[in-house]
Amino acid sequence: MPTVCPYCGTGCGLQLLVKGGRLVGAAPDFASPVSEGSLCIKGQFASTEFVHSGQRLTHPLIRRNGMLQKASWEQAYGLVAERLAAIRDTCGPDAIALWSSARATNEANYLMQKLARAVIGTNNIDNCART
Amino acid sequence: MSNSIREMEDASFLLVVGSNTTETHPVIALRMKQAVRKGARLVVVDPRKVELVRYAHRWLPLHIGTDIALFNAMAHVVIRDGLYNTTYVREKTEGLAALEEHLKGYTPEYAAQVTGLSAEAIVQTAHEYAAADRASIVYTLGVTEHTCGTHNVQSLANLAILTGNLGRWGTGVNPLRGQNNVQGAGDMGCIPTDLPGYQKADRPEVRAKFEEAWGRPIPSRPGLTKVTAVDQVLKGRVKAVYIMGENTVVSDAHASHTRAALEAADLLVVQDIFLTETAQLAHVVLPAACYAEVDGTFTNTERRVQRVRRAVEPPGEAKPDWLILSELAGRLGYPMAYRHPSEVWDEVAGLSPILAGISYRRLEQAGGLQWPCPSGDHPGTPYLHADGPESGKAYFSLVHHVPPAELPDAEFPLVLTTGRRRSTYHTGTMTGRASGFKLLVPHELLEMNPTDAAALSIADGEEVLVTSRRGQVKVAVKVTDRSPEGTVFMSFHFPDSTHTNLLTSDARDLITDTPELKACAVRVEKLSGR
Repeated sequence: MPTVCPYCGTGCGLQLLVKGGRLVGAAPDFASPVSEGSLCIKGQFASTEFVHSGQRLTHPLIRRNGMLQKASWEQAYGLVAERLAAIRDTCGPDAIALWSSARATNEANYLMQKLARAVIGTNNIDNCART
Repeated sequence: MSNSIREMEDASFLLVVGSNTTETHPVIALRMKQAVRKGARLVVVDPRKVELVRYAHRWLPLHIGTDIALFNAMAHVVIRDGLYNTTYVREKTEGLAALEEHLKGYTPEYAAQVTGLSAEAIVQTAHEYAAADRASIVYTLGVTEHTCGTHNVQSLANLAILTGNLGRWGTGVNPLRGQNNVQGAGDMGCIPTDLPGYQKADRPEVRAKFEEAWGRPIPSRPGLTKVTAVDQVLKGRVKAVYIMGENTVVSDAHASHTRAALEAADLLVVQDIFLTETAQLAHVVLPAACYAEVDGTFTNTERRVQRVRRAVEPPGEAKPDWLILSELAGRLGYPMAYRHPSEVWDEVAGLSPILAGISYRRLEQAGGLQWPCPSGDHPGTPYLHADGPESGKAYFSLVHHVPPAELPDAEFPLVLTTGRRRSTYHTGTMTGRASGFKLLVPHELLEMNPTDAAALSIADGEEVLVTSRRGQVKVAVKVTDRSPEGTVFMSFHFPDSTHTNLLTSDARDLITDTPELKACAVRVEKLSGR
C-alpha cells in the first residue's frame, strides 16, 4: 500500500506491506519523486512495529477518582462536550485552547481549527510547529 | 521551502545552517552529498561538528546564537565589494541603502570577534555565495529555536535577496521541517492568526468568506499561541486544553512549567495513539488511529501534498482523528456530515486559493502536487518567487545580533543545546517501540568536548548530574569533539530516564513565541564526590 513515511518533514514514499490485516514490513517507494527509492533507518525499520504495539490506546479513558478508567465513546464525547460547553458559557470561548498536531493529516488539522473557530468560537488554535 | 528537495542536487553552492541533516533528514542529506559529488561547494554553519562537516568544503563553527553577526557581515561584504546582483536588487527589492547603512558596523572583523570565526573565512564564504550561479540556503531548527529565530531567518533572507538567489531552480531559502505534517498543520490554519491557506483571520473579507461557508461567526479576536496559552492556564484565564497528537510535557521547553499548567487546567483532553506522558495527565483520553490506519494527506517540507492511505484497521475502538473531531462537533451542536476525508479535503480546496487545484483524484499520481496549485489544470509549483517576490517587492530586514537569553556564568558555565539523533525520534513514543532501536541508542547521552570532560575529571560513559535554573537530570556522558568546548548536547528521546526538557529554557522569540531550545546555561557535576 503506497503511503508517506510518518517521521520527518521530508515525506519519503513508503510502501506498507500488509498480510492478513497486519503490517509485516515497509519498503521504499521507487515511484516517489521525493525519495526515489530511499528511506532512512526510521522509515525502513521503525514505521510498522509501533502500529501493532499492545500499548496502543484501544478505548476512551475518563478520569474517575483520580484514575483513568475505560469508558465508551458515548460517555467520552458526552463529558468533553458538556465540559467544553460549560467552560465556554461561563468563561467565554477564549478560555479554551486547542493544540493541533504536526503528526496528523491535513484533514484532521483542518477540522481541529474548524472546531476551534466555528464550533467553540476562539482563535486559540496552534500546533506543535512552534515548539 | 522556496524550492524542491530534488533541486538541491543541482545547486552549485549549499550554505547549510543549524541543520544536522544526515541525522535529522537523512534522505535530504543524500541530495546534498550528490550535489557535492556533482561539484557543488558545501559550507556547513554549525557550532557542533555534525556528520555533514565531513562532506563540507568549509565548516564555520560559530559560537551558539551568533548567526546574525555572521550573516550580517556576509551581507556587509557582498555590498562593500559590489558583489550583489544589481539587476535583481534594482527591479525586485527595496531598501538597499538602508541595509548598507545598517550593516556598516558588521565588518568581518567585528563578526569574527562575536562568532569566534576568522574574518578571512567570513569574507571567503560571502564571496563564494555571491559568485555562485545557483546558491541555496538550507536551515533547520538551529536557526529558529532561538529568541532571535525570526531575525536569524531574515538575516539569511537578506543574502538571498541581495544576490538574486531566489525564484530559480536550485537556489532559494529552504527550511527543512521536522515533522511529517508540520507544513500541513500550518497550511490548514492551525495557527492563531491564519485561516486555512494562510488567509489572515484579522481581515474582515477573509472571515466573511469562511463565515458564509461554515455558517458560524469567526472570532476576530487574536488567539493565543501554545506557549502563551500555557502561561494563561497558570494565570487561570485558560481553563480547558484540548491536545491532539502531541506529547507536550516531554517535547516542550521548560517541562515542569508545561506540566504544572496542564495539571492546573480544569479540563485536559488528549487525543493520541498511546498513553503518553501528556495523556496520563488528561481528564479524558480519546484513542486515535495512526497514519497507517487512515486515509488523508500529509504536506511535506517542499509544500508537496501527498496521499496517506489506510493499510490496516485501527485497534479496538480507536478512530481516525477526523472522525473523532466531526462526531464531537456534532455533540457541540454543529453537525459535520463528512463521509470520507476526501470530502474534508474538497472543502479545504474550495476555501484556499493556494490549494484550489488539488483533489484526491489528482493526488493518485505518485508524488502528489506542490502548492501553490490554483486550478485543476495547474501542474503545481516546484519553486516559489519565479516571477519575482510573491509580495511584489522583497524588503531587506534590518536586524541586529542579540545574544541568547541565558548566557553561561560562574554558576552555570556550559551551554546546553538540544536536537535529535538519527535512529530515535522526538519523545520516543514510536521509535521507542521498535525493538532493534534500543540496541542502537539505549539511553540519553550528554555529548561533551574532551577538554571540558578532562577539566571536570569526567570519563566517557560516566553518569553525571546536569543542572539548569529550571531542573536537573542524570545522564551518561559521551566524550566527543562533536561538541565544541563550553557546549554540551543532548537529545530528548528518553524521558523516562533523562527528561532533557526539564533543563531547557522557555525564553521566546518575540515574533513567533518559539522557545530557545538551542541554548540554555547548565552545570555538569560528577555524581561521586557530591
